[in-house]
Amino acid sequence: MPIKVLVAKPGLDGHDRGAKIVARALRDAGMEVVYTGLHQTPEMIVNAAIQEDVDVVGVSILSGAHMTIFPKIMTMLSDREVDDIAVVGGGVIQEDDIPKLKAIGVREIFNAEASTQDLIDGIERIVAETGRASTRSAQALADGTRVPDPAR
Amino acid sequence: MIGHRVHRDLARAISAVENGITDYRGALAQFAAFGGPPRGSRRADVIGITGPPGAGKSTLVDRLIEGFRADDATVAVIAVDPSSPFTHGAVLGDRVRMQRHAGDPGVFIRSMASRSAGGGLAPATRDAVRLADEAGFDIVIVETVGVGQVELEIVAVADVIVVVTVPALGDGVQAIKAGLTEIADIFVVNMADRPGANASAVDLKHMVREGKRDIPVLQTIAQDGTGVSELLEVLNAKRNGEDTNAVRAVRFEVVRRARDEAVRRALATLDTPDAAAVLDRLRDHELTRNDAIDALALMLGGPAHAH
Amino acid sequence: MQTTEKTIADELREWEHQTLLPFTERRPESREVFRTQGGAALERVYTPAHVEDVDFARDIGFPGQFPYTRGPYPTMYRAQPWTMRQIAGFGTADDTNERFRFLIAQGQTGISTDFDMPTLMGYDSDDERSEGEVGREGVAIDSVDDMLDLYAGIDLEKISVSMTINPSAWILLAMYLVTAEERGFDRKKLSGTIQNDIIKEYIAQKEWVYPPRPAMRLVRDSITYSAEHLPRYNPVNVSGYHAREAGSTAIQEVAFTLAAGIAYVEEVVKAGIDVDDFAPRLSFFFVSQIDFLEEVAKFRAARRVWARVMKERFGAKKPESMRLRFHCQTAGVSCTAREPLNNIARTAIEALAAVCGGAQSLHTNGYDEALSIPSEPAMKIALRTQQILADEVGVIGTIDPLGGSYAIERLTTDIEKGCFDYFAEVDKRGGTIKCIEDNFFQMELADAAYDLHRRKEAGERHIVTVTKYRDESANPHVELHHVDEAASGRQLARLRKTKETRDAAAVQAALDEIVRVAKTDENIMPATIAAVKARATGGEIIKALRPVFGTYVETPVF
Ligand code: B12
Ligand SMILES: Nc1nc2c(ncn2[C@@H]2O[C@H](COP(=O)(O)OP(=O)(O)O)[C@@H](O)[C@H]2O)c(=O)[nH]1
Ligand SMILES: [Mg+2]
Repeated sequence: MPIKVLVAKPGLDGHDRGAKIVARALRDAGMEVVYTGLHQTPEMIVNAAIQEDVDVVGVSILSGAHMTIFPKIMTMLSDREVDDIAVVGGGVIQEDDIPKLKAIGVREIFNAEASTQDLIDGIERIVAETGRASTRSAQALADGTRVPDPAR
Repeated sequence: MIGHRVHRDLARAISAVENGITDYRGALAQFAAFGGPPRGSRRADVIGITGPPGAGKSTLVDRLIEGFRADDATVAVIAVDPSSPFTHGAVLGDRVRMQRHAGDPGVFIRSMASRSAGGGLAPATRDAVRLADEAGFDIVIVETVGVGQVELEIVAVADVIVVVTVPALGDGVQAIKAGLTEIADIFVVNMADRPGANASAVDLKHMVREGKRDIPVLQTIAQDGTGVSELLEVLNAKRNGEDTNAVRAVRFEVVRRARDEAVRRALATLDTPDAAAVLDRLRDHELTRNDAIDALALMLGGPAHAH
Repeated sequence: MQTTEKTIADELREWEHQTLLPFTERRPESREVFRTQGGAALERVYTPAHVEDVDFARDIGFPGQFPYTRGPYPTMYRAQPWTMRQIAGFGTADDTNERFRFLIAQGQTGISTDFDMPTLMGYDSDDERSEGEVGREGVAIDSVDDMLDLYAGIDLEKISVSMTINPSAWILLAMYLVTAEERGFDRKKLSGTIQNDIIKEYIAQKEWVYPPRPAMRLVRDSITYSAEHLPRYNPVNVSGYHAREAGSTAIQEVAFTLAAGIAYVEEVVKAGIDVDDFAPRLSFFFVSQIDFLEEVAKFRAARRVWARVMKERFGAKKPESMRLRFHCQTAGVSCTAREPLNNIARTAIEALAAVCGGAQSLHTNGYDEALSIPSEPAMKIALRTQQILADEVGVIGTIDPLGGSYAIERLTTDIEKGCFDYFAEVDKRGGTIKCIEDNFFQMELADAAYDLHRRKEAGERHIVTVTKYRDESANPHVELHHVDEAASGRQLARLRKTKETRDAAAVQAALDEIVRVAKTDENIMPATIAAVKARATGGEIIKALRPVFGTYVETPVF
């Protein structure tokens, strides 16, 4: 089954050249890509990720607001019990910020030096590591167990 | 009340069927979406939206969501976009037009890649609709791929079918003649802000008059919402009226199953050693293509056709 | 002539056989085709045979004369160098004002203002959509009180002020006029530019509020108002920079820009204004990319195409209506985050192309372009680069120094042809606005951007340190602009103060008046100026008009 990715553009940032190239490259690599369109709030992004049940949320951000946006997205994903969805990012993100973003659970940051093949390989690797969000839920259904833990 | 957990569980149940897990019914009750009181005979009204790509289907769906939400009805949307036949990848673009509803817990939007299924829907669409229904949504809207061909598949899924077209789609009207009159419950000429809308509507009305059923022809400008309240009125009347689609849907479903079975049998036959022998002879130029087809058709028990 | 031309073509063939072939047999060329960034294949060598269709008098001519290929003015940089106009904008008005003064002290001759995302998109700083973005990518301007501080201490009759502002441009123009008035400057002496090019927003920059048609009306109103009241002001800066930075080809950059120019002219002419009454104040904006030859040709082609469009399509009579003047910025997207000081070299070459192409004004990017908004030291070197070009390199002494080069003339003529082909296509599709609504430009651009990206990855166009000569050791550290996280708090306080001290009833009445005017065909500028003067904020005006004008949702294409 194809990997499903949400490509998201948060905040007022209108830089979409990279996001569109990424969307197209992932599609050509056989993935199913949902693009949110521009000017999304973290809540809209998280809701879209949940409803679409994607394997990966890819946030493209060049406005410099990444240290405000990513924490909001990560918290909301965990509040809504979908923190098994992997989050990656791309755009203009300074090197110093990358460890900070990884510390809050962002799996990978791809900047302008990454080739499209790097992105494809990276996403495939991450999905292989975490397991498909959708497949895991399907398995859970078949087993009759709930994911994630119902106690939360 | 439909909350975020319902969204998540419904979304994951849909993934399950998309990924080929069919034996999930018993497990559904575990999920918040399906753990509520039994819905009894009350079920969601399913609206199908079909028509050529770019006609404004997604924009119209966005407006319909707005309208139904104003009446407090909850809405789930299943929007199907084409997969690439070569890479199997897809960019699913319908959601963008409805994304302003992404913050509303009463709205659930799911994009689906057609995964090379014909007929305008994805293989799992029908199950997805059923799941959205069981999860408690009042209305389920299904937007088809819109490949421009007749997408009869939608008949099996929807209670009411809206066929969307645009002005000056000269051969569009022809295409509609070819089959969509059979399935349309409502015709919408969208982009009524463009020249030729009235003429297209008149054409359609003439066409409808020739047929057996009375099909309303409406004009809308999905972009600014003009004409959408009339469409909502007609839809609501259909929702509350008699189930005209049931008979059609059942007939279609029976035909579809028969067709699926025939295809399955044909494929199985092609796998037999007898069929392989025929194909070998074709490869070695001992048989013409037509002879080979006739020979294989005979194995299926069907008559050999003249070509 | 016939015989000599034939001879050159013959000689070329002879040279290929006698000199080239034996040589390449021993030492083959490194690649089969060399392409410009825009994708055009270059000839190995250009000769007079390649420019047979170019006529000196008709196509090249003299500077300051139709078709203006060589420059809009007869003296060009011999009178004075281009305007050195470094962009600045961050934090609050006070913060940015300080940067302006620094740059002026260093010899900068024009001012250019970058606004933050909320200001660009028509939200006030206290709007929930503005959270985290106030003063981050530019300066936050909510009301005329902010604008007064932004240009405090700067003589607005002497220095020209440019503002990169689009969907809300007419409001910022109103703020500028009120600022000038309250400080006692004469409107007639104000020179400067608002970008106000809404068409390229839908194509490339993606800042919008209202749908294209009402947005066009706002542009039209600001142009007609300026034509009447602001003789030295450029009310629109038709821009190709953004499409190119979004990945278009050089031809698309010029073609889309001039197609937008055509749409503005049509819109204003339709309102009953004579073309020669406003066309002289239309100004343009292009990038200067790294592909030196193609860029020089591009600037020359743009001037020639516009001159012909104005004369032939619109019947303009005044020479000033036909001569295209442009601001230029070096290519941000050519800058890399890796080994950032290399960007100084890239920027210098791009600046040289702009100067050889006859730019009227120039911003050079900082070496930190790929990392953050520019630091003061980065801007200083960028400005010095321009000063070195003007004072040391010696290219200002002769006009259009590359004119007459076979290669440059060929490329110029090819770009011109590409533009007219696009215009024909656009006309066939129902005009510029229709093409925006139908995503025509957007699709062309998306395809070009993807194609360029793939060519880059295939090694056809290398990026030093990224696709070639990659040094995996730690990236050299440069000190970056420091985002002052307290700035947004200060801006919120400023906005609160404005709101507390104004006459709320007067503001409401002024907003009501704008809404009334918006529903008619009256010019919206006077009512906007009145509202701004009453201290209505940009966000309030934008919001009041949403029900009248509607909103825009993009259909993205890939
Ligand atoms: C092109 C560009 C523009 C174009 C944008 C065109 C468009 N439609 O995209 C234009 C000219 C319109 C523009 C305008 C502005 N810009 Co600008 N722009 C750039 C520039 C030069 C290049 C960005 C780019 O497109 N690169 C090419 C693409 C292919 O690369 P990329 O986006 O990085 O994407 C790659 C990776 O990052 C990654 N990736 C990206 N997203 C994703 C997502 C996923 C899921 C994955 C896996 C990977 C991934 O993969 C991509 C392919 O390799 C940068 C500086 C720079 N050199 O980076 C400034 C820059 C981003 N802009 C900047 C600014 C300030 C602005 C403005 C606000 C200026 C103003 N005040 O008016 C406006 C705002 C526009 C808006 N609406 O938001 C600043 C941002 C400052 C900051 N972050 O602190 C920068 C850094 C320049 C600077 N130094 O000041 N800009
Ligand atoms: N002029 C006009 N454009 C419309 C109208 N409805 C939709 N559109 C535009 O038509 C394009 C295609 O719309 P979309 O809803 O994606 O069509 P779909 O492919 O049928 O789903 C978009 O750019 C819409 O903005 C309308 O009524 N009038
Ligand atoms: Mg659609």
